[in-house]
Amino acid sequence: MMSISKKIFSRSLFLFHLGGSACNNCDIEILDALTPKYDLERFGIIAVGSIRHADVILLSGIFNKKSAIRVRRMYEQAPKPVIVLAIGGCACSGLIFQDSYNWDVPVGDYIPIDAYVAGCPPKPEAIIAAITQVVDKLRNPAAAGAD
Amino acid sequence: MGKGEGVIAIAQFLFFPGLVFTAAAGLLTSWFDRKLTARVQMRKGPPLLQPFYDVAKLFVKETCVPEGTLSWFFLSAPLIGVAGVTLASTILCQAMWAPQDIFAGDLIVVMYLLALPSLSMILGAFASQNPLASLGGSREMKLIMAYELPFILVACVPIIAARSIQLADILAAPPVAHQFSGLLALLVALIAMQARLTRVPFDIPEAECELGSGVLIEYSGPPLAMYKLTQAMMLFTGPVFLLVLYAGGIPFSEGWLAAGLGLLKFLSIVTLVVLIRNTAPRLRIDQAMRLLWGPVTLAAIMSLVLVYWGL
Repeated sequence: MMSISKKIFSRSLFLFHLGGSACNNCDIEILDALTPKYDLERFGIIAVGSIRHADVILLSGIFNKKSAIRVRRMYEQAPKPVIVLAIGGCACSGLIFQDSYNWDVPVGDYIPIDAYVAGCPPKPEAIIAAITQVVDKLRNPAAAGAD
Repeated sequence: MGKGEGVIAIAQFLFFPGLVFTAAAGLLTSWFDRKLTARVQMRKGPPLLQPFYDVAKLFVKETCVPEGTLSWFFLSAPLIGVAGVTLASTILCQAMWAPQDIFAGDLIVVMYLLALPSLSMILGAFASQNPLASLGGSREMKLIMAYELPFILVACVPIIAARSIQLADILAAPPVAHQFSGLLALLVALIAMQARLTRVPFDIPEAECELGSGVLIEYSGPPLAMYKLTQAMMLFTGPVFLLVLYAGGIPFSEGWLAAGLGLLKFLSIVTLVVLIRNTAPRLRIDQAMRLLWGPVTLAAIMSLVLVYWGL
């Protein structure tokens, strides 16, 4: 991507929430981040209902052997460039489900992930901080640290 | 038409008051819509240029064409909407700001052209072969049938009052909204316009949480930008059409006071549309049809009878 298109891209992000059998806590925190109190539309961030409109995919919950097929398919359906955020401990590492019979590897091994937001569940502030960090990295890749 | 006139006509279509002007005005109007919505919800709202960023961003995204679709049809459907609304806006603005350039029967042409955006949505929805999109497309089709009937009826009110079918004559006649029948007609036209813009309570074809954006579900990148642009341009052209029919348009040639008053009227119509969107729940398609073909059409007929009596 050219730098100018990266700048435009960082000013308008459409969120798509992809829940992978989460316990609903992360889902609620994601919804909280979109409420009037935080008002993400100030930064051009809005939620959309179709993966074809998505610029940012928020993953929550564990992606087991079966839902891994679906998450890969959803990722392929998203128009590129697309940013993927793993929200919550389950999406980051699998947490207590690591020893389950249907769990294989963390979702980051199925599709590329740009940022991990740890927490069980993470606060809306943490989700917003992750999004702004990714936006900063898009705007000037040199200034943002090597994370 | 001479060669020079042709070049001027194309320039008018592409720049002023056509594509570029209408797109800019439409995106600014859609910012007004989003900002007002944010204020209603006690939020701060997006920055002024947000709709421009959104459309520009979609142009740098990848275009996905679903497997098994006719790709040329899928990709050209959005262009029909943009072309239709651009032409309609050009004719309306020419009637307001350069009435000597206008042709006979332009009102009827504008009515046809304003149906094109909805038609392009339906074509795109069915071309994408997504079950949710085709559900949205069929709802859009029913919605068109529902709102066109009362809208055509009340569009006859200024025609009868001005005894002419030309936009320039309707603009030159005293505004029909100053009499009771015109006011009633404006009310009906507002409801029909809400349905034409597929705004809540008539956002049945898009139904975000039910159909996942319905008709637009498979569109991405530049074609989606075209649809977003069409919707924004309709948000400008629709209220302007109502102003031209019922309230004397936005006259820039009659001094700044009249122009400012026209702009104020335009903004108050948009405000009304936005406030209805923010306070009403979505109707089911059968409820919407019953509403539009029942009480709304009755009111439309009543305003027709009243204007015939000169009230």
